[in-house]
Amino acid sequence: MQKSLHINPDKCTGCLQCEMACSFENYGTFNTSKSRIKVFDFHHTGRKVPYTCTQCDEAWCLHACPVEAIKIDAATGAKVVIEDVCVGCKVCTIACPFGTVNYVQDTGKVQKCDLCGGEPACAEACPTGAITYVDASWTGLDRMKQWADKLGNQTAA
Amino acid sequence: MSWAGKILRVNLTQGTCTSEPLRMDWARDYLGQRGLATKYFVDEVDPKVDPLSADNKLIWATGPLTGTMASTGGRYSVITKGPLTGAIACSNSGGYWGAELKMAGWDMVIVEGKSAKPVYLSIVDDRAELRDAAHLWGKTVWHTEETLKKELQDPLTRVSSIGRAGENLVLFAAVVNDLHRAAGRSGVGAVAGSKNLKAIAVRGTRGVGNIRDAKAFMKVTAEKKKILHDHPVTGQGLPTYGTQVLMNVINETGSLPTRNHRDVQFEGASKISAEAMLAKRPDGKSHLVTNQACFGCTIACGRISKIDEKHFSVVNKPEYWGASGGLEYEAAWALGAAPGVNDLEALQYANLLCNEDGMDPISFGATLGAAMELYDLGLITQEQTGIDLKFGSAEALCRAAEMTARGEGFGKELGQGSKRLTAKYGRPDLSMSVKGQEFPAYDSRGIQGMGLTYATSNRGACHLRSYTVASEILGIPVKTDPLATDGKPELVKAFQDATAVFDSSGTCVFTTFAWSLADLAPQLQAACDEAFTLENLNVVGERIWNMERDFNNRAGFTRKDDDLPSRLKTEAAKVGPAKGLVSGIDKMLPEYYTVRGWDSEGRLTAETRSRLGL
Repeated sequence: MQKSLHINPDKCTGCLQCEMACSFENYGTFNTSKSRIKVFDFHHTGRKVPYTCTQCDEAWCLHACPVEAIKIDAATGAKVVIEDVCVGCKVCTIACPFGTVNYVQDTGKVQKCDLCGGEPACAEACPTGAITYVDASWTGLDRMKQWADKLGNQTAA
Repeated sequence: MSWAGKILRVNLTQGTCTSEPLRMDWARDYLGQRGLATKYFVDEVDPKVDPLSADNKLIWATGPLTGTMASTGGRYSVITKGPLTGAIACSNSGGYWGAELKMAGWDMVIVEGKSAKPVYLSIVDDRAELRDAAHLWGKTVWHTEETLKKELQDPLTRVSSIGRAGENLVLFAAVVNDLHRAAGRSGVGAVAGSKNLKAIAVRGTRGVGNIRDAKAFMKVTAEKKKILHDHPVTGQGLPTYGTQVLMNVINETGSLPTRNHRDVQFEGASKISAEAMLAKRPDGKSHLVTNQACFGCTIACGRISKIDEKHFSVVNKPEYWGASGGLEYEAAWALGAAPGVNDLEALQYANLLCNEDGMDPISFGATLGAAMELYDLGLITQEQTGIDLKFGSAEALCRAAEMTARGEGFGKELGQGSKRLTAKYGRPDLSMSVKGQEFPAYDSRGIQGMGLTYATSNRGACHLRSYTVASEILGIPVKTDPLATDGKPELVKAFQDATAVFDSSGTCVFTTFAWSLADLAPQLQAACDEAFTLENLNVVGERIWNMERDFNNRAGFTRKDDDLPSRLKTEAAKVGPAKGLVSGIDKMLPEYYTVRGWDSEGRLTAETRSRLGL
């Protein structure tokens, strides 16, 4: 069974624990500027929205890479950048429709979410359940349950 | 060692920015943020300095846990000699700015001198430079942040700035970051204004590393987050209701100061409470939109609200219709109960003005309450004020907030604070303040420990220096009788010392509903230094407190400044559990001096100095 990162913006408070966990996992420092997940704060509506790679099945980044530096992790389904192979050409950053592959100036390589090998640090750090790591076939389960609960509390028509 | 190890010194007179290594010997004795920056301050600045002169300094300081995964590890403080009080000032803020400064590689920024023209400081990692701010002068905090993000072509830049209140030298002007988080009290914003420093824009990409034992740190911070999550206050009350959870609670204890402390219960409390913010308005929406966390915070007490677009205060002013910060409890009290106003939307409008133009809502609202009493007594008239300043007037609240922030007419007098205002009109006894700083939202007749807290707070009246409300009302960590004075000197000292440590660590004092120093110690040990044991932290806290006190004594403060207004000592509470009671400050104060190891005039004894290494 593969799992997916599932994001529920309604639960996000904007604390950035996910960004710190991500940078710590990958670089050993607390550094939100190196995080592969970003939280966007839409001031005028009060909405905070975490956003990261959704691991497309037909991954544009993978197909665009001229040196085959992006591989599929068979266990997790994550599209993983092989740093030793990456030449920093950035074509994948253009190919990705969602902007979730980005160039890192310090290393001269690109980076993207690799699901931390199956134990994503962001989901582990999220204090509110806004980011969860759940069965890839059932990311809607919680929401279905919420609506089912509402339905169950209605009297029959 | 989770300090960055580096400070930025900015001389505005010379226009220079220089890097210095952090004094690590001081860091071990004073930790960071409030303690460490105050150590730098008292070492470099004459206690008699005029707060608004070029010789005063202004320090933006982070703590060792700022910018780390410790819960609430995003705090910074602004330290200076305060113009409202003439005492040491230290105002603490959350949001994201503090962590950004740390991630740029700096523990603190020391600002000295005075610029000949308006400037702002731009920091991008190692690079710091002063830039012209002529185009920002006269503009709000909100405008400044938006403009700087565009100008620097970096939407991830964080901005800490002053609004028009700071420029106009409103004595309770704040420094505001991330639109609505503020280093709010004591007029730190006016000091920035006096130096012609509009803002500090910062972007950090270096991160916070050098954690002493990273594995242990991740483990212990996760354990401590669970404690916050499982606690009824930090895990449920604050996220759901925010600090506003207190409005009805404090009102019921007969400790909600109302109409300049004439009354101790406000008949309109429920209308300006957390519950009112959640209730549906006539337009079908509730005032509260969502809660919001500051950087690293797993509590998320912050409130984001939307004002009623049809309310008289914002009709045809769409710039105020978006979701924005507020109301927090202290602001709701000061803008509501203090002037006796029960119109939630008017409170939020005044609160937005405080955020937008960088003004402390506590001192503003309390000063307005004092002005309303002067008006009620016929000592000032509508001819003088230009506003019908009757108690309870929402229109007066909104207009007074506009005039104060913008320095218009009678607003200039309000901007001097209640001490100067009431003295001018011959009734200094009507200023509800200590050392010139206005009381926050707890009456010291009904919560006796808070009277001693206010009287002895090193930055003037303040609830955040020793929040004995936790013990006296909420029973945290142990329940004490709010109406009794016995044991309060010891209680206040314990809260003061512990709070000084939290304020110096980079974490938020709100964690202390669930955490004690015993929870903070292992986080500091894993991040910085094994020497930060519980025993040592107790001494660090006491040392910081005494250092601040010593500065104030040398600035000219004496025992007579550790006192409450006569109203609280002679006019008994009229209703509620404290009915018939006045403050027992005169009994508590001498005992407190003894507990502190001070002489009968409130000065540090040689023995206390030597014990604390001062």
